[in-house]
Amino acid sequence: MKHFTGAQLVIKTLEYMGVTTIFGLPGGAILPAYDPIYDSPIRHILARHEQGAGHMAEGYAQSTGELGVVIATSGPGATNLVTPLMNALMDSTPLLAITGQVASTSIGNDAFQEAFTTGITMPATKHNYLVTSASEIPQTLIEASHIATTGRPGPVLVDIPKDILNEEAEWIEPEMKDMPGYKPTTTPNPKSISQAASLIKKAEKPILYIGGGIIHSKSNKELFELATLAKIPVVTTLMGRGAFPDGHYLSLGMPGMHGNYTSTTSLQKSDLLIAIGVRFDDRVTANPEYFAQNAKVIHADIDPAEIGKVRDPEVPIVGDAKNVIVELIKELDGFECDTKNWLEEINSWKKQYPLSYEQEKNGPLKVPFILEQIQQLVDEDTIVVSGVGQHQMWISLYWKFTKPNTWLNSGGAGTMGYALPAALGAKMAFPDKLVLALDGDGCFQMTCQELITAATENIPIKIAVFNNGNHGMVRQWQKLFYNDRFSATELTHDTPNYLQLAESMGAAGYRITAPEEVEETFKEALNENSKPVLIEFVVDPDDMVFPMVPAGGNNNNVILNQEEAEKKL
Amino acid sequence: MTERILSILVEDKPGVLARVSSTISRRGFNIKSLSVGPTSVEGRSKMTIVTDANAVEQVKKQLNKLINVIKIIEFDPKATIEVEVMIIKISTTKETQTPVIEKATLSNARSVDVGVNSVIFQITGTSIELNKFEELMKPYGIIDMVRGGRVAMQGIQS
Repeated sequence: MKHFTGAQLVIKTLEYMGVTTIFGLPGGAILPAYDPIYDSPIRHILARHEQGAGHMAEGYAQSTGELGVVIATSGPGATNLVTPLMNALMDSTPLLAITGQVASTSIGNDAFQEAFTTGITMPATKHNYLVTSASEIPQTLIEASHIATTGRPGPVLVDIPKDILNEEAEWIEPEMKDMPGYKPTTTPNPKSISQAASLIKKAEKPILYIGGGIIHSKSNKELFELATLAKIPVVTTLMGRGAFPDGHYLSLGMPGMHGNYTSTTSLQKSDLLIAIGVRFDDRVTANPEYFAQNAKVIHADIDPAEIGKVRDPEVPIVGDAKNVIVELIKELDGFECDTKNWLEEINSWKKQYPLSYEQEKNGPLKVPFILEQIQQLVDEDTIVVSGVGQHQMWISLYWKFTKPNTWLNSGGAGTMGYALPAALGAKMAFPDKLVLALDGDGCFQMTCQELITAATENIPIKIAVFNNGNHGMVRQWQKLFYNDRFSATELTHDTPNYLQLAESMGAAGYRITAPEEVEETFKEALNENSKPVLIEFVVDPDDMVFPMVPAGGNNNNVILNQEEAEKKL
Repeated sequence: MTERILSILVEDKPGVLARVSSTISRRGFNIKSLSVGPTSVEGRSKMTIVTDANAVEQVKKQLNKLINVIKIIEFDPKATIEVEVMIIKISTTKETQTPVIEKATLSNARSVDVGVNSVIFQITGTSIELNKFEELMKPYGIIDMVRGGRVAMQGIQS
């Protein structure tokens, strides 16, 4: 029987699992695992920081719905992964992290680059492992990826000491064994389905309140069928954008803190929330006491712990969103809700309270204007990746998403710096699609060294940086709640010089400062496919995101614009 | 505040106790008692957790998400066999030693070490019984005391 080192078994198992791309950064303890990568068909992308590598793997996973793999060394290598792990946990992204550890004989001795990785990452992962012999490696990796990709997806970390990577063992084909403590419920209880259907049949103002669970379970087609058959309008949360096509007459877009008026208000006025793959996040509900007070709730989720966590539903359903929707369609048997009046009411809000911005001809650039301009220049398969803050909210409000997995962002964790590396990961998964990172300058500066990765690995992503010279969202709050005391939010417009930065990092740079330049210069940037592209938009630092409901507020009091904000806050 | 007792069957693997306690503190749950020990099945341990009644649903659901947690049973508070253990060292004199031992014996405590100036008792019972015993011994002077976590089992259904 041929023997392999633990390191060879790691790579062999990844190949066996069908992994084609991994993201990482080598170092002492993980060094043995990098040797077999040298001969492997797996493409390794060398990130400039482990956080970047982690977000790349997340971008790969979010855009495909499949497992993303990241590899790093012990100690600081592993601790640099904590942010992406936590980010993946919050947004239910399937991620496998493999970390090197000091030799098992040195564990606990404060050895060089030793960190208690399984301890540190315990609350940031769905599960983690410390491997104690080379023979366990294939089985552990298969189990880890099974846990990461099934049930409510999430990150799983496998920590492997260096001596175990060097130890020899046989290759035994791994198989999924029964895990006594892990049996996600995917099939909904038929009784709950019939209770849900009878509530739907009685509802006068039903709303489908839809989140990331639809995208994870790949059930957007089923959702479309349910919504259009039963004539129920659809609200999509930040993580659920793309699950239902914007522009459809039943589509209401994003609700909540920076949601549009109609979406937020439709939840407030509804008499039945059909909540699928959502978790009643505080950014959606504001103060839960005032949230959708007149509504009964059907709450379906694959994670039983989400049901009743914030709001006790009338009908709880544990199951995979796809199964839940398919069963609901069957149970409703062609039933059409009488939502004519309800839709009229909703349409009157759409007309009365539309999203609005003003772009003066010679005035400073506004992000919503730029977004509407560039959306006209790209196709609907374009993958849009965002950072966190004002620009993220504007994209979610103004971009018309029509397909799932075309919108990648950091929702639950709000991790600034996500966009660029995640875009790079998505481009690795979809080399033929346009991958567009739309980022803020504050976010971009957190992980911008990965532009070097994009250039040296020939990954031609496009990055638009909305440069307002500030941490815009924090500045907005300082303006509204801290009496214009702009403490530590100014970044400056001119440093770095983005054109020089792009050039020095091997990317093509463009700068757009006026409304009339947007279309032409952006077109030019779109045609540059030989290297990554960085497009700087110099935008208005005083622009603010509206509508808005302040944190912990009441969703009945949506603030529509700056004038209202000045009166009410 | 009303409390609930949970019996948690877990895989006997390194770090399982840390996972359970980390989940509890991460979610901000209040735990009054936690004990862990082996079961009659190899590779399985059992934990007994006493928690507030109002948090019990979330405690159960969040702990159930842990891969190493196999099963959680919530006991019916009206039909639970519950035991806690205490070892207590009482200061004695020539005059008090006999009455101390007599009182302890009447309380179902057992003297396990008798010295010239002190006696060590061991007692098992419900938390209330142990509290009462502690009060009874207080006037003589408690030198040292240790209580183990509460363990419980669902009573036989009639």
